[in-house]
Amino acid sequence: MSEIEQKVKEIERLASEQIGRADGLEKLNELRVSFLGKKGSLTQVLKAMKDVAPEDRPKVGKWVNDARAAIEARMEESKAALEEQLMAARLKAEAIDVTLPARKPSAGHRHPNSIALDEVERIFIGMGYEVIEGPEIEYDEYNFTKLNIPANHPAKDEQDTFYINNEILLRTQTSPVQARIMEQGKLPIRMISPGRVFRSDEVDATHSPSFHQVEGLVIDKGITFADLKGTLDVFAKELFGPETKTKFRPHHFPFTEPSAEMDVSCFKCGGKGCRFCKGSGWIEILGCGMVHPHVLEMCGLDPQEYGGFAFGVGLERIALLKYEIDDMRLLYENDVRFLRQFS
Amino acid sequence: MNTSLSWIKRYVPDLDVTAAEYADAMTLSGTKVEGYTELDKNLDKIVVGQVLTCEPHPNSDHLHICTVNVGAEEPLQIVCGAPNVAAGQKVPVVLVGGKVCGTHSGGSSEEGITITKGALRGVESYGMICSIDELGSSSEFYPEAPSDGIYVFPEDTEVGADAIGLLGMHDAIIEYEITSNRVDCYSVIGIAREAAATFGKEFHPPVIKETGNDEDIKDYASVEVKDTELCPRFSARVVKNVKIGPSPQWMQRCLASNGIRPINNVVDITNYIMEEYGQPMHSYDYDLIAGHKIVVRRAEDGEQFVTLDGQEHTLDHDMLMICDAEKPVGIAGVMGGENSMITDACTTVLFEAANFNGTNVRLTSKRLGHQTDASQKFDKGLDPNTTLDALNRACELMEEFGAGEAVGGCIDVYPVKREPVEVPFEPDKINEQLGINVPEEQMIAYFEKEDLIYDAERRVVIVPTFRQDLLRTCDLAEEVARFYGYDNIPSTLPKGSATAGGISFDMRIRNMACSVAEECGFSQGYCYSFESPKVFDKLCFAADAPERKAIEIRNPLGPDFSIMRTTSLNGMLTSLAVNYNRRNKDVRLYEMGNVYIAESLPLDKLPDERMKLTLGMFGNGDFFDLKGTIELFFEKIGMRKRPEYDSAEVRPYYHPGRQAQIRYEGISVGEIGEIHPVVMKNYGLGERTYVAVLDIANILKFASFDWKYQGIARYPAVTRDLSMLVSKDITNAQIQKIIEQRGGKILEECTLFDLYEGAQVRPGYKSMAYSLRFRDKERTLNDADIQSAMKKILNGLTGLGIELRK
Repeated sequence: MSEIEQKVKEIERLASEQIGRADGLEKLNELRVSFLGKKGSLTQVLKAMKDVAPEDRPKVGKWVNDARAAIEARMEESKAALEEQLMAARLKAEAIDVTLPARKPSAGHRHPNSIALDEVERIFIGMGYEVIEGPEIEYDEYNFTKLNIPANHPAKDEQDTFYINNEILLRTQTSPVQARIMEQGKLPIRMISPGRVFRSDEVDATHSPSFHQVEGLVIDKGITFADLKGTLDVFAKELFGPETKTKFRPHHFPFTEPSAEMDVSCFKCGGKGCRFCKGSGWIEILGCGMVHPHVLEMCGLDPQEYGGFAFGVGLERIALLKYEIDDMRLLYENDVRFLRQFS
Repeated sequence: MNTSLSWIKRYVPDLDVTAAEYADAMTLSGTKVEGYTELDKNLDKIVVGQVLTCEPHPNSDHLHICTVNVGAEEPLQIVCGAPNVAAGQKVPVVLVGGKVCGTHSGGSSEEGITITKGALRGVESYGMICSIDELGSSSEFYPEAPSDGIYVFPEDTEVGADAIGLLGMHDAIIEYEITSNRVDCYSVIGIAREAAATFGKEFHPPVIKETGNDEDIKDYASVEVKDTELCPRFSARVVKNVKIGPSPQWMQRCLASNGIRPINNVVDITNYIMEEYGQPMHSYDYDLIAGHKIVVRRAEDGEQFVTLDGQEHTLDHDMLMICDAEKPVGIAGVMGGENSMITDACTTVLFEAANFNGTNVRLTSKRLGHQTDASQKFDKGLDPNTTLDALNRACELMEEFGAGEAVGGCIDVYPVKREPVEVPFEPDKINEQLGINVPEEQMIAYFEKEDLIYDAERRVVIVPTFRQDLLRTCDLAEEVARFYGYDNIPSTLPKGSATAGGISFDMRIRNMACSVAEECGFSQGYCYSFESPKVFDKLCFAADAPERKAIEIRNPLGPDFSIMRTTSLNGMLTSLAVNYNRRNKDVRLYEMGNVYIAESLPLDKLPDERMKLTLGMFGNGDFFDLKGTIELFFEKIGMRKRPEYDSAEVRPYYHPGRQAQIRYEGISVGEIGEIHPVVMKNYGLGERTYVAVLDIANILKFASFDWKYQGIARYPAVTRDLSMLVSKDITNAQIQKIIEQRGGKILEECTLFDLYEGAQVRPGYKSMAYSLRFRDKERTLNDADIQSAMKKILNGLTGLGIELRK
């Protein structure tokens, strides 16, 4: 009896000792077979049960089962530890040099003009403005006459217009879209109109015969000059940063009255004066004003009832200033080394 | 327009501001100051000194050693190199530690040049005697100064006095940008009126003394105006016993500050008045006017005339001439003639102050290519009511200078007098438009500061004729805003009905095109809309190609920018070539821009502006990468059907075997191809170049952002591979079409996974392998389903003469 019990205990001790020394999952498996397998030493004890007195058999069974449970538990424990070691070793071996160069998909880049336009559109769409486009080849009537610039007006010369014939020209400004939209008569109007415009300037670092403007127009009842100031102040702060200050100076445009030019505080020096703003602390950004009543009349609106404001901003001017591009010609060369520097 | 600050102060004597303060305030009240130059910015410690002794320098053949009394206890020893230095002279002396702004050769320095104690060839020198150039000007503007040598003051000048003050250089030259509506501000008086109103100071315009002897000008001369439309007013006066000589220094200084070179008293007076009143004048030698008669008429076509600068001009009937009884003597408003020029021999002068049609002067000077100070004033459209003031001022100054005796009376041809405009005064409306609340009295005060007259009884503002820009309430609102201060108007946001805002569908599609192009490695370029007609040859277009019917610009910058583009190819290829020439590798560009298609030429209505997405690339990638970009774009805008690629129609700029028209549901949406080797050569491109052009308008017909979920397949798919030997002239599209038609509804996808042409394949054939995936949404497919579909497919393929490979 106690001889059997002794034997079982001895097997359990032996197993525990060998499991403790096992250095891999294979070894653990071998031990499982040698102790618990069909021909394993513990199984042998059960096989010898027939020689045990029947009344003692339950006792022997219990000894064997307890020993088996203990060995299995010990094995599980060892297995978990071994697996953990293995995992740690693997992870260690698999470490990479994360400072090696990245593999970027070779995506293209957007033109600075378009980035500037996206910014302008985002700001005004947020304020409920619709983006509307108009033709680049335009009637003289829309480009000039309906904007209060009659035949032989000096402003016509100032704008150095490209003509196709006496009636049709390359628009010199995006303002004709104002007239086109007002004529449609759907009120109120809150729109911006980006697009290409043309003036016969020779190409140099600050001029191009073709460039882009964004026109803005608001027509409603009770629109004031104060509304114009407020709207463009929001625009400037959104575009150039919340610290930006705006200054409005009287100016003259035939199609607005009163008219103004807007300066923003220099975003490079914050208004202290630097080379960027030529020491003045201010940078001229756009022209604006209250829509001239005669323009309203020519477009079929009653100036007694409706009024509004308009503004026009040069897209290249914004792009050059904001992205610190020092030569306008770069915008039309399309050298990828230039384009890759933007979004 | 320029003025000196001191000239403004002649009419606003209480004005006490620095140039910087003046510039800021004037700009904010609407007279924009572009910039200013302080004449004494780099002039420091410069006094009047008297040369006591002047001895030749022992070690030099041109230097002199002078002792100079500058009003200090001890005279200074100064070495001077000027050829004209002599004992007894009163001269400007810059003391040690002082500054001058230029060198004696006329160069100038940003920071000024500081004078230090020094030794010249062994002799110590404590300061410098200055030339006018070293003081920042030139003998052109200071005619009394020698062109080479030191400046010399009159003998009675006080020693030790501020030399810069005596030269009138404690002054600033202000440069203005005058807007075209403010014709009155093209004069010193006009700007001075604005300055007085801006700073709240009193305005004192010149008070002209009456002149004229007992004689009557009508006994001297007569004027006949034949075209009163082009010449609404012609006024003239005569001055006799004229003595030509220099004008006084104060006048010379004023002219110099406006950049006008002093010449003689008569010319200087007319120039001075042109600046002062903004009214150009002309002076004729009375004795050279044939018949002492002025006739104002249109020129004959082809008439020749030599202006007083010696240039010969050919005139036409749209130009206005000033003539005497026999011959033309001037081009109206532009320039007088050589034949009646004032010379030193002149004894009687006829002064002209006329008003000419501004547009006509502008067009005339433009056509003659001859802009003058006078034409630039006239072309703004001047106030006709200024001519008499100008003439009387001229006569006053002539007599004041002792330069002549004014003949009594004046000739004044002025058939239709221009009257002041009356604008109703609506203070509520003005406040409403500006978003402010300024009391009525304050508005009236603003108006009166500007010499506008308020008629309280009739509640109108009477606008004098020098202000041509004030016609309606909104114009008065601007006046109120200017003097109330744009800065003082609050900033608010518009009230009223809300609007949705946003971009159009068209713009959304274009944005998506840009995003997809960028995802695929294409960077955005911008190209010009106009180009040279030579591009059609460069692109190998046929002589009768419709693209050649381009819209021509009547006045282009040059032949290279003379037509509106009908194709976007040239812009793209030019941009790619720029990159190729600069050794940029693997270049991919896209452009979103219009081409301009005229329905008929010459243009009688606006053309069709067609937006094109143009993609171009060289380097890494080929035709099929470009094709993939296009198909990804289509997928992203809901165009999930397979586009057709048709090679039948060949564009001349593409490689004929590597190009296609792209159709979607039978509609042409674009083209794609490899650039023809000849065209590549024309553009200097040295790597195979691929270009695609998509027509956005046609794509819009199929585009949509309306997505619908189709479900995810729950039953397993069955895959079969088909490997075949195909004659080279059969296209992938033909095979796919058969497979798709015959595979039926259960054919989910058919992909080409292998294509081989080469040694292992029979000549004239290619080996192609497709993978077919079958699936039914409702059930698991069985063998019979697949076999039946495959059988139909195989039959179809055999019909094309295709052999299956085992």
